[in-house]
Amino acid sequence: MMWELLVQPFADFGFMRRALMGCIAVSVGATPVGVFLMLRRMSLTGDAMACAILPGAAVGYLVAGLSLGAMTIGGLIAGMAVALLAGFVTRVTALREDASLAAFYLISLAVGVLIVSTRGSNIDLMHVLFGTVLALDDAALVLLCSIASLSILTLAALFRPLVLECADPQFLRSVSGLSAATHFTFLALVVLNLVGGFHALGTLMAVGIMILPAAAARFWAVGIGALIAVAASVALLSSLTGLLLSYHFSLPSGPAIILVAGVAYALSLVFGPVGGLAARAFPRRYLEA
Amino acid sequence: MNHALSFRNLTLGYDRHPAVYRLDGEIAAGSLTAIVGPNGAGKSTMLKGVTGTLRPLEGRIAFGGIARSEIAYLPQQSDVDRSFPIAVADLVAMGLWREIGGFGGLRAGHRARVADAISAVGLEGFETRPIGSLSGGQIQRALFARLLLQDARLVLLDEPFTAVDAKTVADLIGVVRRWHGEGRTVLAVLHDVDTVRAHFPRTLMLARELVAHGPTAQVLTAENQFRARQMCEACAGPPHICGRDAA
Repeated sequence: MMWELLVQPFADFGFMRRALMGCIAVSVGATPVGVFLMLRRMSLTGDAMACAILPGAAVGYLVAGLSLGAMTIGGLIAGMAVALLAGFVTRVTALREDASLAAFYLISLAVGVLIVSTRGSNIDLMHVLFGTVLALDDAALVLLCSIASLSILTLAALFRPLVLECADPQFLRSVSGLSAATHFTFLALVVLNLVGGFHALGTLMAVGIMILPAAAARFWAVGIGALIAVAASVALLSSLTGLLLSYHFSLPSGPAIILVAGVAYALSLVFGPVGGLAARAFPRRYLEA
Repeated sequence: MNHALSFRNLTLGYDRHPAVYRLDGEIAAGSLTAIVGPNGAGKSTMLKGVTGTLRPLEGRIAFGGIARSEIAYLPQQSDVDRSFPIAVADLVAMGLWREIGGFGGLRAGHRARVADAISAVGLEGFETRPIGSLSGGQIQRALFARLLLQDARLVLLDEPFTAVDAKTVADLIGVVRRWHGEGRTVLAVLHDVDTVRAHFPRTLMLARELVAHGPTAQVLTAENQFRARQMCEACAGPPHICGRDAA
């Protein structure tokens, strides 16, 4: 019974195994980035960047059809362009980063929707927006795993400057010239993971696997390492559960995965020991010396 | 006498409005100097000029053989994100940046120095606590421990004792005096005249322009303080008449 429910779908069908593999790659790669986004109060930046990627992917589609390479490169270019332009405007004008980023991603999104709706069929639009985790081919899997590996290695190398850029940016600027490089490399990682994620889950859902597990982890752990471990575990469990739900109930897999992550977030919100609702409502007695 | 810093006709400001106006003077190497003056006198601006965050509108600052990397600076409102989950020891260890950079490892010797710095500011036992659990005074102690590890030849402190209690001030003054004893040059923006009189041999009084600079007893006179206040009140008007008529 349990075997049939939980393992049989993966044992019987190659596309389910590929979907699981793709989700594992996205979960492991994107969640550490999501944790840093959350800690820097940039959770919504992920959303903005996801929308910014759209026109690049659309142009890639126009040039080469539903091609993995073209859409990936297009998405990367569009995402990086928006990140760099927004950062540039913030540094040389009086506009703050949130406003300049919002301006550029909205423009980018409009361009993307325009291109997709005039030239593509609705099915293609659905592919870009919601992904096709059940139709990942070898090339896509290799891409997702490469992106996850590159992302984790870069984060590991950049860990100290990045933590300092989050915790005390003024100090980082006073001791080193790495501040701007760190910030833009981090934004590049956000874009890279979203581009990887949109092949599996679509541009809109890719942000979900990045942010929701990180937000859930905040209720279970305090240190950065622990936050990343919890977030990655939540993402992996959500992927597995979401895929099984989508298989058994014929649901679209991307939203199913993100909804499970949403449920995990809601449960954490209520039962999480670190500042969760239950922990606040029933505080433990204070310590006495 | 060697000069750690010399100001030549130094004018610093924001958006064409001078906040420090035509400052001349020398800071002797190894001196312990308090910078005093009313609010809006340009004290913080002057430190920002020294760190290089603010470019002079006119004039210049000459460094007596001190490199940018040998300056440690504690800003007035340190923008440490106290909700960020970093442990006290890790925050303090970042003072070693000049030695370990962004990527080098912390060796046993480094760890021992981090532990020494933490105990020098009286934060033993707090090493693994997240910075969010510290009080304001304890954060200030941790930031001083980080400054200790920076091993800087020129230390700039912007109102380091604001909103900390007497015991903390006393302990941190001990750290400042230790720097002085080691021959480092220390510049500290301060408001508490008693602290300045008790611990700072030299004082520079600023009211956009230089009011007085020299041994503390000669600078901190009632007459100078009155003059500084008047000059700053004059500064509250249109910027171009700043300090002209009142002085």
